[in-house]
Amino acid sequence: MAKGKRALPEINAGSMADIAFLLLIFFLVTTTMDVDSGISAKLPPYEPEQPDNPPPPIKKKNIFTVLVNSNDRLLVEEDYMDISDLRAATVEFLDNNGDNSCSFCEGRRSPQSSDNPGKAIVSLQNDRGTSYKLYIAVRNELNAAYRELRDREANKKYGKDFGDLEGEEAKEVQGLFPLKISEAEPVNLGG
Amino acid sequence: MSKFKKKTGGGTPAISTASLPDIVFMLLFFFMVTTVMREVTLLVENTKPNATEIKKLERKSLVTYIYVGKPKPMLAKVYGAEPKLQLNDAFANVNDIQAFVISAREEINEAERPLMTVSIKADEAVKMGLITDIKQELRKAEALKINYSTRKGEVYGD
Repeated sequence: MAKGKRALPEINAGSMADIAFLLLIFFLVTTTMDVDSGISAKLPPYEPEQPDNPPPPIKKKNIFTVLVNSNDRLLVEEDYMDISDLRAATVEFLDNNGDNSCSFCEGRRSPQSSDNPGKAIVSLQNDRGTSYKLYIAVRNELNAAYRELRDREANKKYGKDFGDLEGEEAKEVQGLFPLKISEAEPVNLGG
Repeated sequence: MSKFKKKTGGGTPAISTASLPDIVFMLLFFFMVTTVMREVTLLVENTKPNATEIKKLERKSLVTYIYVGKPKPMLAKVYGAEPKLQLNDAFANVNDIQAFVISAREEINEAERPLMTVSIKADEAVKMGLITDIKQELRKAEALKINYSTRKGEVYGD
């Protein structure tokens, strides 16, 4: 008989790949890489009592006030503004160079706006009813304004974006436009 | 002559697929090892807001998470529909944050404690009042490095 002569038949391993693929796809679908990313911020240290010596007065023109009310409307420098214009307005404020001490600025040098990027402070105040979504959008636009300016200087000096700089170079460009966003305690700004 | 004829008639031999499972298993193990299953069960709704200026959070062991949002629909009957915060696997109050952050800091190697980051994973519908209360508690707990967790995307003009 032919059957008796034949050796033990080999087990067909062809479907093994299918099984492994099935498992692979299962893991691919169920697991999330979950890359955490977001806007980084640093909180000021907690001071329960006001210090005895009040902070040095800051000229009003060096403060860029952004107010957000509970209806998610923006009031920037006492004017209504759309979120899409916030970035450009912030860039203009930071880059203004009112006292002509900033050699790299390209601003209009308006006497009503900031003296130089080192003195310019962005003050953000929101209402307790402001939505988190808009708050993040505002934070994002403010950070983007700083990043745009830093990118510009990084490109001038080193020919690449700020994000691609390393070590001392990054610190230097960062120092040209130090991030100064001050957040006031929220109040009820009302409707 | 006949020998030559035999060879040309053979055709190309079938490629052995015996090593295919090995390759696939290799991929399988890679994915099994690199991917992390979500450790906490989300009890709150969590649609993160969009942002473009984002930074990746590295060193997961140094990151502590605070989830904020409305309780999920099936839990809303018990816990109400107001946004709440979730620490680990349970709902918590704002006053629990300090203890939570301090105990999380204890678990980190002493040399790396200043690098600890608190990631606030809040739903975009949450109001800033709650977020500010959380920030205030974090300041009291001296956890000053924070990160607002976001998705990548344009912030306006949906």
